[in-house]
Amino acid sequence: MHDVLTTCVYCGCGCGLYLHVEDAKVCGSQPSRHHPVSRDNLCVKGWHIHESVNHPDRLTTPLIRKGDALVPATWEEALDFTAQQLGSIRDQHGGKAIGVLASAKCTNEENYLLQKFARTALNTNNVDHCARL
Amino acid sequence: MAGLATTFGSGAMTNSINEIENAEVILVSGSNTTEAHPQVARRMLDAVDRGARLIVIDPRRTRLAECAHLHLALRPGTDIPLLNAMMRVLLDEGLADDLFIEMRTENFLALRDMLNRLDLEATAALTGVPLALISQAAQLYGRARKAVICYCLGVTQHVCGTENVQTIANLAMLAGHIEKEDTGVDPLRGQNNVQGACDMGALPNMLPSYQAVANQDYRDKFERAWGVSLPEAPGKTLVEMTHGGAQGSIRGMYIMGENPMLSDPTLKKVEETLRGLDFLVVSDIFLTETARLAQVVFPAACFAEKSGSFTNSERRVQMVRQAVTPPGECRADSEIIMELSGRLGYGMEYNSSAEVMEEIAMLSPIYGGMHHDRLDQSWGLQWPCWDRSHPGTPFLHKYYFTRGRGHFMPAGHTAPGELPDPEYPLLLMTGRIYHHYHTGTMTRKSERLTRECDHAVLQINPADAKAHGLRQGESVRLSSRRGEITLAAEITDQVATGMVYTTFHFHEAPINLLTNDAFDTGSGCPEYKVCAVRVKKMVNS
Ligand code: SF4
Repeated sequence: MHDVLTTCVYCGCGCGLYLHVEDAKVCGSQPSRHHPVSRDNLCVKGWHIHESVNHPDRLTTPLIRKGDALVPATWEEALDFTAQQLGSIRDQHGGKAIGVLASAKCTNEENYLLQKFARTALNTNNVDHCARL
Repeated sequence: MAGLATTFGSGAMTNSINEIENAEVILVSGSNTTEAHPQVARRMLDAVDRGARLIVIDPRRTRLAECAHLHLALRPGTDIPLLNAMMRVLLDEGLADDLFIEMRTENFLALRDMLNRLDLEATAALTGVPLALISQAAQLYGRARKAVICYCLGVTQHVCGTENVQTIANLAMLAGHIEKEDTGVDPLRGQNNVQGACDMGALPNMLPSYQAVANQDYRDKFERAWGVSLPEAPGKTLVEMTHGGAQGSIRGMYIMGENPMLSDPTLKKVEETLRGLDFLVVSDIFLTETARLAQVVFPAACFAEKSGSFTNSERRVQMVRQAVTPPGECRADSEIIMELSGRLGYGMEYNSSAEVMEEIAMLSPIYGGMHHDRLDQSWGLQWPCWDRSHPGTPFLHKYYFTRGRGHFMPAGHTAPGELPDPEYPLLLMTGRIYHHYHTGTMTRKSERLTRECDHAVLQINPADAKAHGLRQGESVRLSSRRGEITLAAEITDQVATGMVYTTFHFHEAPINLLTNDAFDTGSGCPEYKVCAVRVKKMVNS
């Protein structure tokens, strides 16, 4: 078993915690003793952070809608189809017809890339996230 | 956080979380801190143990309010009059910090004139808090050497949310309680990386690091770095995008890790809008209510399966480190974005999140010294961090405000968008609880968290419960002018008569079917906190 130091994702406090990893699975967590926010303490959400990681309901393949159902597809299909759809909306109606929602649950780097993607590839400033929620 | 940005020039917590435990007076407004920000609450309670005074402004008798020396149980939506009354007391008692006002602020006369015209008695009556209590709170706050104000969604989620925040800033500047260690104004951010998402320019009117889209110089800078010409007009906000209706001007959406089908006010409108799109793609770790409406769903890697950084409420940028490989075919959102971007004719290539951060540091002054190697070897760095040798900034506005001088923005009372009437006689407030996080996409997958709390409850005062013949745990139908839901009654005197309270974590009882989509003009923040409802006991069949 080994530990990986990381940051809790459940609230804006940003506790430092160790994820216990065994057999390539996250199986528990523990607060960091010297981290300035956690100081050897987590709330109940931090202590159970591993449970959502291993949940059987996790999505594991791309899905594409066929009629009423979402059916598994390959990454190539899903990415090609998405690019083609977004591209045709952009080319027909302009970037202002596309909206992009970033996430307060994703990393800074991902949010940066997403807004860059919106402003460059999609040519739109319609990018926001749930800051207000 | 438009309110603080206009008064101080920056919308973030001015202090570090740990500074809160050294304050002499802590004023908490509209924040159910023990449940939403446990570590901040811990600092507050530690401070109280050391002799600090705690003042809580909240319509409900929350756990924190029970620990407070003064609990100002105001009527929902009367925050501005309450704070104005406190400021008037500061003026009358000679507790305004004249030197600070003179040296560091502007537009004070406008505030003073407004306060001097205030009828104190009438204002206090409006809030429902006895004037003596208001005056006591104001004097405690005004006389302290070190005082912090913490606030949360309870303050910002009103029609007049921006003015609420500005009024809080007015109070802090009037008392000179800013710019020092252990003293300041601290908006507590709801989700873990809200601060980071804002910093990164995931905003319709701001490029990274709060460089306005409307400003030609900033656009030039990004156009040179990115090699494309950028759209000039600021974009649409989340609510504008998700409330356009079936035939709105938005035809396609890309939603990364958000679930507006549960978190947005007035869900019907959102559903109609999303269903009416020509194309919707969602990337998430679970098949959320929003993902179910999509044409394409991408399986994303979760926080334990990728590397990068988060920025917490106190502006601390810290590392998220990959612990395991993603399950099945899941991919990190950064990979997905790069794949799509290439296909759409704008190639992006980064070999690691560290490389992305190098670009962020180059283009965003407040992140100028944030590099992964530095973050990796420390407990993170607090922005502004201008360059590689800068140690980061634990508290803001020392010597000068980000915008130069602090700007007083006097505001009067704005009535909530919808008030109780004979047909819908109760006032509904919404919020979050300790065991769950936001829309519950992640936390509700946890067995233990679900065991602690597995269904939605409606808190109602014993007197109101009696009037409706309700007993503990019975089903009630809650309806507003926009919709109705069923949930279980929890009879408690945490809420006053005439008020009911519930949370928005459960898709079986989507409270946002009921709420009002009148929104704050300054920040585009939907008014979740207040709307008029009625309750009806369900008859068992
Ligand atoms: S452990 Fe609790 S207090 Fe700490 S960041 Fe996670 S959710 Fe917040």
